[in-house]
Amino acid sequence: MSARFDAERLRGVFPLLAQEINGKPLVYLDNAATTQKPDRVIDAVARYYRTINSNVHRGAHTLSDHATGAFEDARDAVRAFINAPSREQVIWTRGTTESINLVAHSFARGRLGAGDRILVSGMAHHSNIVPWQLAAQATGASVVPIPVTDDARLDLDAFRALLDARVRLVALEHVSNAMGTIHPVAEIIAAAHAAGVPVLLDGAQSVGHLPVDVQALDVDFYAFSGHKMFAPTGIGVLYGKRAWLEAMTPYQGGGEMIETVGFDHTTYARLPYRFEAGTPHIAGAIGMAAAIDWLGGIDREAAARHEDALLAHALELARELPGFRLLGRAPQKVAVLSFVIDGAHPQDVGTLLDQQGVAVRSGHHCAQPVMSRFGVPGTVRASFSLYNTHAEVERLFAALHKARSFL
Amino acid sequence: MNASSAAVSPQEVVETLAFFDDWEDRYRYIIDLGRELPAMPEAHKREDLLVRGCQSQAWLDWREEGGRIVFEADSDALIVRGLIALILAAYDRRTPREILDFDIDDYFARLDLLRHISPTRGNGLRAMVQRIRDIARSLAMA
Repeated sequence: MSARFDAERLRGVFPLLAQEINGKPLVYLDNAATTQKPDRVIDAVARYYRTINSNVHRGAHTLSDHATGAFEDARDAVRAFINAPSREQVIWTRGTTESINLVAHSFARGRLGAGDRILVSGMAHHSNIVPWQLAAQATGASVVPIPVTDDARLDLDAFRALLDARVRLVALEHVSNAMGTIHPVAEIIAAAHAAGVPVLLDGAQSVGHLPVDVQALDVDFYAFSGHKMFAPTGIGVLYGKRAWLEAMTPYQGGGEMIETVGFDHTTYARLPYRFEAGTPHIAGAIGMAAAIDWLGGIDREAAARHEDALLAHALELARELPGFRLLGRAPQKVAVLSFVIDGAHPQDVGTLLDQQGVAVRSGHHCAQPVMSRFGVPGTVRASFSLYNTHAEVERLFAALHKARSFL
Repeated sequence: MNASSAAVSPQEVVETLAFFDDWEDRYRYIIDLGRELPAMPEAHKREDLLVRGCQSQAWLDWREEGGRIVFEADSDALIVRGLIALILAAYDRRTPREILDFDIDDYFARLDLLRHISPTRGNGLRAMVQRIRDIARSLAMA
């Protein structure tokens, strides 16, 4: 393995990164919102539409066979990517949000009653709060947050204390989008299982940074999106343990998800098609496979070290920025810099960075409860990916110094 | 013609912004306008006056004075305060009829042509314009 990860060379296959924004070379640091796409993914999607576009699983013609083959090969690629035991446990969805809603609807509702509880992360993204609230409202159950420590970790002692006989499900993110914290999910899952409680992990922020092995994690459900791991938007995955998936009723009805349909009786298709009503996002699935293939050619440990080094570099430069206050100081975290500058509104900072070609996110990051926890209306979030460079970290801080001079 | 006692007129705003060569001067001007915008007392920032943007909050209140509408507005973000000042340059202390007749899209387009000044992007200003026009409409019909 080479000692130095060559992000500069890697960037070359991301055409979007080569452009100027507001007259300055783009510094794209909004990777936690969505990552850019390599040529391999863009080309795979274009090739699909140019050469084999047709509907899957139903055509009596050659093109449909090709499309079906590519679509199902993509499922196999995802299976291997997360080390799922079987391809039937890989369900295509529109993204993490739909995956979570599917579990909330088809798994949780039937198991919840008055007085039951769902434990969620105190720093959860809204998409891992609201689906459970909807399920809770329909059943008389309640959604209870796991408290957050001052350094943006989940309070594990409090979690253990909450894990009583009323809890039916634990739902949390593998990695926090707002803070970057990598939760000790193996420990959390083991504790939940010891109490007989299944666990859903929102993997949206982890798949682009860490290798994920659903069997090693022993997780019950794992939800993630393609677009945060260099694949297209609109495609996502739900992985579930077979016994749970077999027992779940369909989420949406329609074509593809049925075996036989009659007006007095309909039988549902086998896994995974039972949960895939309607024509799927075929091009998205194929793009996802291309992203996995591209990631397969990268030394991901070296990539993770590179991202860590970018974060360390940023923290070093942050010392010289007056008023800089970091939120999310967990020891285990991905390269997310969530911060405020005293006296400056995050949106003003974001706007002034944008003028300088630096793309970050400002606001509550769809995680309002954790913003309240830290007493801020929002933060500025610079989130790094493997194609970011040390020169870009320097550009970020030069731009922050300038922004600060305005405010 | 100019019955307004607002600090600047829309024409002045457009001309001043056009005069600056680079984004830095334009933003310093907008931020200065934001600093000059009178702050709303904290107690005055009621929930029903809130105009939600995606990333910041803004408040809008009004009263009628001699057939004209006097607006009071604020935001927690400084640049949004400046953009509010750009809007109030067009709307403050005008009659309901003048407000409804003012071509805000043309005004925004002229600001936008100067690049970098986008009152439309997720900062809630469109929602504020909508509320101002709704207020004017309700008074014009009364």
